[in-house]
Amino acid sequence: MVNASALSPNPLVDIWVKLEGRNPAGSVKDRIALSLVEAAGADGILIPGKPDQVLIEPSAGNTGIALAMVCQMKGYHLKVVLPTNVSIERRQMLEVFGAEIIESPGSEGSNGAVRMAQALSEKNPQWVFLYQYANPANPAAHYAHTGPEIWADVPEVTHFIAGLGTSGTLLGVGGFLKEKNPDIQVWAIEPPTGEMVDGLRNLDDGYIPPIFAELGGAQILDRKTVIRPKESIEWTRRMTEIGLFVGISSGAIMAGAARCAEQIPDGESATIVTIACDDGWKYLSTGAWTDDIDTVVERAKKVIYF
Amino acid sequence: MSVAVRLPTVLRPHAGGQAVVEISGATIGEVLTTLIGDFPGLNGQVIGEDGTLNKFVNIYVNDDDVRYLQQLETPVKDGDEISILPAVAGGAA
Repeated sequence: MVNASALSPNPLVDIWVKLEGRNPAGSVKDRIALSLVEAAGADGILIPGKPDQVLIEPSAGNTGIALAMVCQMKGYHLKVVLPTNVSIERRQMLEVFGAEIIESPGSEGSNGAVRMAQALSEKNPQWVFLYQYANPANPAAHYAHTGPEIWADVPEVTHFIAGLGTSGTLLGVGGFLKEKNPDIQVWAIEPPTGEMVDGLRNLDDGYIPPIFAELGGAQILDRKTVIRPKESIEWTRRMTEIGLFVGISSGAIMAGAARCAEQIPDGESATIVTIACDDGWKYLSTGAWTDDIDTVVERAKKVIYF
Repeated sequence: MSVAVRLPTVLRPHAGGQAVVEISGATIGEVLTTLIGDFPGLNGQVIGEDGTLNKFVNIYVNDDDVRYLQQLETPVKDGDEISILPAVAGGAA
């Protein structure tokens, strides 16, 4: 947990960053990968030690990588449905841990990967589809660990700000923190994916993660804000000023924290805790830190970075 | 109040292919009513028959989701940017 208050635009607002890139496979998703697989083991869906068990999961990156590590360790075979437009390092990390990659159209983004994984799972019912978007073991990991860790480190937290992907972090940490202190505000930061993904045929093709609906996400969240690529990259760069080399979603979340800090009423103080989902290594190929920012922003429109 | 409303790709055909349209209104509800009045093909897509927002649609005022502000009562001011976006599977999960 790092004090990033030097970057806070409001002198009365502290900002803390929890560095999840320091997990074994490099991201916050390590937590849910273990939780998903262990829950499946406890439920008898996966049988430890039995050979030739196959898992399939849609993932644009970190969950696939985390699951690949866990499956490699436990002897399960993992197939990851991966949109083609992810940075090369994500694909490489999947290969490092022995996952099989099945490509889904980049233009359809994560929606397309989910659809393809669902279709393949239906055709191959013997494969195990843990489905991070619908599996309560996902937010449960955050409720059991991420939330309590934050509470132990920063009990004066007034605002928790994290990225919205499956909604697991926001549900698990947000739910835990609000039980401890109902006044804590939970803000979701999201990329403008709805603008980048052209593969929707109609609005009913839209998607809300089942866990978000089932676990009362709309009640847990207090704000939801889009942060665009340029601002995300600017803040990712700014984090290096305090020695932090983090992924682009982490920059987006910090941009959101800055907005939150600016909106705190005059004279009031606040303590914001944010998550840095991963470190910057997997994004070096995007040139986010070094290239002309408008060029990077254009590239970012075609690549899933969040 | 005059605001810019950005339409998602999937709705643009109903607005003559436009990606952004200027609409008047004091609240999100008024802006949407005017928008649907101008482009009747949008009827039923964004707001359901019961007058509430389609659950697969998100509306943002200056990038803040109105569901967490005052929903359809969220006030808007001159120059605000409204985005209508479909709910999509999130991020690089």
